[in-house]
Amino acid sequence: MNSSESTVELRIQSSLDYTDLVENLTNNLTTMAGCDSDHAYFIEMAVREVLINAIRHGNQFDLQKHVRVQFRFDAARFEVQINDEGRGFDYEHLPDPCDPANLLKSSGRGIFLVRSFMDDFSLIYVPDQGTEVKFAKKLARP
Amino acid sequence: MFETMTANTRRIEGVNIVDLSGRITIGEGTIVLKDTVRNLLQRNEKKILLNLADVSYIDSSGIGELVSSFTTVGNQGGKLKLLSLTKKVHDLLSITKLLTVFEVFEDEAKAIQSF
Repeated sequence: MNSSESTVELRIQSSLDYTDLVENLTNNLTTMAGCDSDHAYFIEMAVREVLINAIRHGNQFDLQKHVRVQFRFDAARFEVQINDEGRGFDYEHLPDPCDPANLLKSSGRGIFLVRSFMDDFSLIYVPDQGTEVKFAKKLARP
Repeated sequence: MFETMTANTRRIEGVNIVDLSGRITIGEGTIVLKDTVRNLLQRNEKKILLNLADVSYIDSSGIGELVSSFTTVGNQGGKLKLLSLTKKVHDLLSITKLLTVFEVFEDEAKAIQSF
């Protein structure tokens, strides 16, 4: 892998049937980018979590709506952007899953995990377009 | 495709050890876990030890199902404990503070004795 940036983009219907496909593509791309196994694992996990959120909570499994996934990477950084066509949600006021009152809840940990394991994370809602989530991992080099 | 999630149950000294293998993820993986625990409870088997040694991956839905199983078993007067976490699964449960919830063991015999 040379130092120039690579970009790969795909657009899928809002079905969980595509999560394995996107996850396999992610694994192939992290290998191309030269990620070590830990970084590859965390990126795979982050893509999976955000993708499922986009399909389930964003587009609410509406097959007429799509999720766009864009990967950008070079030797130093692996960045992913995932866009849905949903109505957005109140990201700033998500309950803290580590609060003792929430520990025994069965959901609400996806975004927390992505934020924990990625170096950069942002989420914005664009009115009439949907939610755009971006996250990135800096790639350690020996 | 990723490997299929499997669950095989052994019974030792009244404790049901569920050997899980594969990925506990949204869909099939979480359903296998949920059905396995539900079937044990229907047979009044309330001492459950989930062996995660061969679980390669858990997503947030899988973590949620572990928590849900823990509370369901607890609500019926039983105990659900964990055995042999991989480093990555250990890290996930640590960062989500769930190591403060679950009893986790490295040694199967000690886990069985703890019930």
